[in-house]
Amino acid sequence: MKHRYLPMTEQDEAEMLRTIGAESVEELFRDIPRSVRYEGNLPMSGALDEAALLKHMRRLAGRNADFDEYACFLGAGIYDHHIPVVANHIVSRSEFYTAYTPYQPEISQGELQAIFEFQSYVCELTGMKVANASMYDGATALAEAAALAAGATRRRRIVVSRAVHPEARQVLRVTARGLGLEIVEVGCAPDGTTDLAGLEAAITGDTAAVLVQTPNFFGCLEDVRAIEPLIHARKGLLVLSVNPLSLGLLESPGALGADIAVGDAQPLGIPASFGGPTCGFFAVTEPLMRRMPGRIVGQTVDSEGRRGFVLTLQAREQHIRREKATSNICSNQALLALCASVYLSVMGKEGIRETALLNVRKSHYASSLAAAGGKLSLPFSAPFFNEFVVKLPEGADIGAVNGKLLKAGFIGGCDLGAAYPELKGHLLIAVTERRTRDEIESFFREMEAVL
Amino acid sequence: MKPDKALIFELSRPGRAAYSLPECDVPELCADSVIPAGLLRAKPAELPEVYEVDVIRHYTELSRRNFGVDNGFYPLGSCTMKYNPKLNEDVARFPGFAKLHPYQPESSVQGALELLHTLQSDLAALTGMDGVTLQPAAGAHGEWTGLMLIRAYHESRGERRTKVIVPDSSHGTNPASAAVAGFETVTLKSDERGMVDLEALKAAVGDDTAALMLTNPSTLGLFEERIVEIADIVHEAGGLLYYDGANSNAIMGIARPGDMGFDVVHLNLHKTMSTPHGGGGPGAGPVGVKSKLLPFLPVPTVGRRADGAYFWDGDRPQSIGRVKAYCGNFGILVRAYAYIRTYGPEGLRRVSECAVLNANYMMRRLAPYYDVAFPGVCKHEFVLSGKRLKAFGVRTLDVAKRLLDFGYHPPTIYFPLNVEESMMIEPTETESKETLDAFIDAMIRIAEEAETDPQLVLNAPYTTVVKRLDEATAARKPVLNCSCG
Repeated sequence: MKHRYLPMTEQDEAEMLRTIGAESVEELFRDIPRSVRYEGNLPMSGALDEAALLKHMRRLAGRNADFDEYACFLGAGIYDHHIPVVANHIVSRSEFYTAYTPYQPEISQGELQAIFEFQSYVCELTGMKVANASMYDGATALAEAAALAAGATRRRRIVVSRAVHPEARQVLRVTARGLGLEIVEVGCAPDGTTDLAGLEAAITGDTAAVLVQTPNFFGCLEDVRAIEPLIHARKGLLVLSVNPLSLGLLESPGALGADIAVGDAQPLGIPASFGGPTCGFFAVTEPLMRRMPGRIVGQTVDSEGRRGFVLTLQAREQHIRREKATSNICSNQALLALCASVYLSVMGKEGIRETALLNVRKSHYASSLAAAGGKLSLPFSAPFFNEFVVKLPEGADIGAVNGKLLKAGFIGGCDLGAAYPELKGHLLIAVTERRTRDEIESFFREMEAVL
Repeated sequence: MKPDKALIFELSRPGRAAYSLPECDVPELCADSVIPAGLLRAKPAELPEVYEVDVIRHYTELSRRNFGVDNGFYPLGSCTMKYNPKLNEDVARFPGFAKLHPYQPESSVQGALELLHTLQSDLAALTGMDGVTLQPAAGAHGEWTGLMLIRAYHESRGERRTKVIVPDSSHGTNPASAAVAGFETVTLKSDERGMVDLEALKAAVGDDTAALMLTNPSTLGLFEERIVEIADIVHEAGGLLYYDGANSNAIMGIARPGDMGFDVVHLNLHKTMSTPHGGGGPGAGPVGVKSKLLPFLPVPTVGRRADGAYFWDGDRPQSIGRVKAYCGNFGILVRAYAYIRTYGPEGLRRVSECAVLNANYMMRRLAPYYDVAFPGVCKHEFVLSGKRLKAFGVRTLDVAKRLLDFGYHPPTIYFPLNVEESMMIEPTETESKETLDAFIDAMIRIAEEAETDPQLVLNAPYTTVVKRLDEATAARKPVLNCSCG
């Protein structure tokens, strides 16, 4: 058969078989027992030519409501932020995207330097001492933080706030089951933040870490300054999961006393892409450096004294430690780490602050409209960044409301009732710098109209 | 000597900007009027201040200091560095895929759900499994997910099985995944041909055996010919068989893990299914299972209702839970689906045939110059030993560095661990005979250089932007960021 990705001609095949000393290609598979050979064609989707495949993919894409056509007010961990045009151009450079992990540093200096700069960016934003090359996403980064904390403190108990993203807590539970860790969840106070009294009561002498997210799943900013002494008094670790864009304005985890800072870099120029691929980040204080999971790039010199970069501290990693490893991560999300770096290069010191401030202003304008309309109320009083919760009138059907909003051109908020039964009838609404005043006003006008 | 390539931070000049933000069209409140001062940043993050041309030139220069499949031959064993089709890149960027939120109403993402549903069933057919989760983000993530499924299965039967058996030639992720899933690892020595030693296996299995993890073809590029007997031994002991799909490029449409007796399998879409490796990721590591493990799959999967509508199926009370936020690396899944549709089942079979033909051809031509670790036919890759060059003071690492001067990415080196001075070569199917011949010629020339002028090889590379780097100092005195702030 001829195929545009396959160079093998009949003549090539004949010459190669002659060199090998085989009669046929079939002979090269003689080591596979007949009893396990598959005869016939697999019942899979059929082949399409290039034009037909493009058309097919356009048809599938066309059956989805995307952010170009609909104004998105959904957040809950994935946000519709502006992506600078240059980001896609850089991550489309095939020297980057068609490379493997940089095992051969002499021909991988570009990727290695890009990762070194990513680590530098993460440290700058989080105020932490060291960062790794990336994790799969924010949820798995949080679970790995719990694992690190358990290893570092030799304790088994992990205390996590219920205001941490529900899916991150689900991933945490599976990870904990594997490692034999105990997970204790702490509920929320009426203002939408973690219940401090409950948290204090949950922290025991056997607690490895407290896991808190800020802004939390409800958009509320946690009072980290009050949480930090509670866990450090018991010699456990403070793990903070943060929205990196919010750090343009909000105090860094390092300054707040975090031992481990994690999060998802999706807000930094990474397409929402139905939830992935995004990029988890992971940063720690210096004493925890050699316990970090994943790849780490370090600076060094070559035999002629030039600056260069290499994968380093590999004694921590699975391919060296094998069954003694404390993390099995190998592939990460390097290309998205590059994307986040490009975003931060574009934004710079001023741009990240201005973008964060725009998010604050737009979301607060939106919340004031929500409060003023009459039918919605704001149940939580805690300060927030770019997301807030609204309570719908008694008996409102959120599925139907979001369906009507969709017809009007809006992707509505996140139904909190699924993950929090006590918050049935509540919507989580995100307002990024991409939302115009007009869109915000129309959105709430429409919502009031359908309620 | 050219100066060092600057860091982006070193290009910063106060007052420059590369961003463009909309004017604020809502009331311009001050941050400290709505957020307590104690939660606001006391000191700004010291990000560089550059303009757009700096950004483009900086990263373009970095890209020129990098080597990908598009730059040249990349026979990195076990990594299946095949061509990454451009169509797949284009379609993954369609707004209808790239600008979607995972929590949108199902009615507004029917195309995305249809794609995922079809991919689930295509991958199940390819591997001979009964169900597939697309959630895991990478191969190692898939391994861990699969082992957690195996654990849940045994526990549901009231059995506490604590041991996972892995061959000594396995990927490092196998024992690491087993450890993170809470298992003890039992390492199985290979026989003299690099195959599973059946007697050793029989001695190793017992009522504490949870699973045997195998890569088939193995990391040596060899098919475990006695796979059915291996499966019987493990199953009779009450254990399950886990298939590490890192090497599945050799057997598509030719043999399926499910038919060999495997119960759980992961595929590396960034290997077999052509999705680009991105300089280290993202990948995707979907996991397929036999029907007895279906109740434990992560939630949600994508289902289809009688009326044809697709939906998130989260109704699985015995599920292990969730292994990643949202629905996996969707953008990668889109590329893999497009790849499957460029070939169809007949084409995928031809892919494996060509990959195996290329590998056998290379092995045969290189055999006179390097030691073939395990003679016979190989599958998609083969292992050479560079031990005979040690007589000239040249090691496999030196051969790899010298290959850089010829414009090639070297093979995987010093893995597998059970072959001295190993080089693991995987050409893939997308390389032409001329490319293979030119690489082979370079390898032969390096073997000759090692004998006649070893210093030439020992001092390589000569053509790269940096020479050999001091890795020992990097690890001893770590400098892990520029501390520019």
